[in-house]
Amino acid sequence: MSARYGMVIDLDRCTGCGSCMVACASENNVPALPHATARTGITPMLVRRVSNGHEGVQRREAFIPILCMHCEEETPCVHVCPQQAVEVDAATGIVMQMPQRCLGCRYCMTACPYHARYFNWSDPKWPKGMETTLNPGVATRMRGVVEKCNLCHARLHSAQEKAAAAGKREIDPADYVPACVEACPTAAIQFGNLADANDPVTRESRSPNTFRLLAKIGTEPKIYYKSKEAWVRALAEPNSAATGTLSASSSASLEAHHG
Amino acid sequence: MVSTALPDSRWIARGEERTSLPRFLFWLAPWAVLLALGVYAAGLCLYYGLNQTNMDNRFAFGLWIFLDLGIIALGAGAFFTGFLVYILKRAELRPILNASVVVGFICYSGAVAILGIDVGQPLRFWFTFWHPNTHSMLTEVTFCISCYLTVLCLEYIPILLRNRQLRKLPSFLVFEHQLHKLVPVLAAVGTLLSFFHQGSLGGLYGVLRGRPFAFRQGFFIWPSTFFLFILSAIATGPSFLMLITATAEKVTGKKLVPYDVLRRLGFISGVLLGIYVAAKSIDTLIWLNFTSPSEGFAGWQYYMYKPFGTPILFAEIVLFGLLPAFLLTFRRTAAHRGWLLAAAFLACAGVLMNRFVLTVQTLALPTLPFDEFLQYTPSWQEVASFGGVIAYGVIIFSLSYRYLPLFAHSKGDDAHVPGH
Repeated sequence: MSARYGMVIDLDRCTGCGSCMVACASENNVPALPHATARTGITPMLVRRVSNGHEGVQRREAFIPILCMHCEEETPCVHVCPQQAVEVDAATGIVMQMPQRCLGCRYCMTACPYHARYFNWSDPKWPKGMETTLNPGVATRMRGVVEKCNLCHARLHSAQEKAAAAGKREIDPADYVPACVEACPTAAIQFGNLADANDPVTRESRSPNTFRLLAKIGTEPKIYYKSKEAWVRALAEPNSAATGTLSASSSASLEAHHG
Repeated sequence: MVSTALPDSRWIARGEERTSLPRFLFWLAPWAVLLALGVYAAGLCLYYGLNQTNMDNRFAFGLWIFLDLGIIALGAGAFFTGFLVYILKRAELRPILNASVVVGFICYSGAVAILGIDVGQPLRFWFTFWHPNTHSMLTEVTFCISCYLTVLCLEYIPILLRNRQLRKLPSFLVFEHQLHKLVPVLAAVGTLLSFFHQGSLGGLYGVLRGRPFAFRQGFFIWPSTFFLFILSAIATGPSFLMLITATAEKVTGKKLVPYDVLRRLGFISGVLLGIYVAAKSIDTLIWLNFTSPSEGFAGWQYYMYKPFGTPILFAEIVLFGLLPAFLLTFRRTAAHRGWLLAAAFLACAGVLMNRFVLTVQTLALPTLPFDEFLQYTPSWQEVASFGGVIAYGVIIFSLSYRYLPLFAHSKGDDAHVPGH
């Protein structure tokens, strides 16, 4: 049976600690580039700080992790890639990027309204000795190609291999958990199969407190956000009064990772 | 100075007058320096990667894409002149036919060269032909531009082979003669290819559902920008050709084509520009009132960031659209050379502004509610690379003017021009 993997991220629980960013970078062999900035670094998972736009006692802030939304309908990046380096995996619903086929034209980055795609502006490098800590299950990407979140696809492979070794056709859901979900200290990120009506994530996604970013453009993103705060849920609207920047904690995490 | 006295006179068409060789080389020297700087900057980008540019993950397209779209639009004069002469039989435009081919060749080859630096993995260019995504506008652009550049090369070869020395080689003469017979067919093929890729370049942004500033509804699979790009390119291509011819006349101090040819180009440009302005205005109203609100974006949102306020929209439609359309078509202003050329300049500036708005403003504007308005300044490597392309264009055009029959009006060349 085809799955539709997705997430529900509880923004009321997110403290902006950046653990998810570090876990993602570590799991996916994201290079540690000393000169990378918030706009040139590779952050498939990026925690951004948003506020309600007020000052003083009325000011409210929240943290919102941004990753590939794995759009389901008219997936913008899939439509525009000239050489089929991006595809939606029909078996999982994951939007897959094939760096080895990528031309590096960056048209997909222009197409993505979530800014969730990253270009390798420089050769990948790690501090001396750190190469030995790389994840052997994930290929590093070369300079001049685009990359993004693939919901830790290597972990899905491992889960499938484990299931096959046990003679099963379906994976055990507990065996496939993306690194960011695993690392979140407040369990703000829930991951599951949206095609399974009994999956807690499917039930959560239908809660009145959940919303999706830019849902009106009609691309059916599979990353849901949840909050009891009305101003946070208003982020679903493009003309919300909210303002945002990279969170201080995220920047610190970036700097820590990039050395 | 008469060409027979020049060291390279045997390469110059018999009876043609050209400036002295040292003076010609003096003219080329600064352009050669700019070209060398451009090659060096491009080399840095290819060797060290695109970290040499100021583009980033949010501003993934920059100066190069804007200028690529701009020069491809301006280069539309090449296919459109061929279309007018060979398909619509407007023989009065023959005097600028060769020049239009060279201008088109320069624009397209220059754009392809810049694209070769702009992509992260240029050696994978063939992947698009091997694994084409038929849903992507960029696939269509890649196919059509590659094919059309080949057509332009085939159209340029007969002009090259009519050089005085090359004509002495019998095989070249036969080849040129045979190729010349194909030119009307090439013009028709070029027209078809150009219509598609000019449109697809507009479609590149028009299909971006995730960028509501650029996204447009359209007809069948083509967004409205597909048709607007074709219209704007064929409207301003002749104006650009007119400007190039007038500049060549100024630099050489010679009258290269009859004024009537420039007027005719201006009239065609003006009429098409008028149609374009009307279509663009209707499209803008539909987009602001229906397309954009349906995606949750109010029209005012796009124009609240300086310097991209409503004046830029007004300038694009009125100052660089309606005004030149009027000046180019109104008999009294078109009869005045200064007004005609000023109007052609405004029309060309207008198409560049349109490409700038669609490429740069689209990326600068926020999409997520908590995004900030972005700024980007190109690095010297980006500017120098493109400066190199302009220098390449000037050098190719200068060499072509000196040694080839570019303007059929001048003495001793185009034997195929009726009435000359």
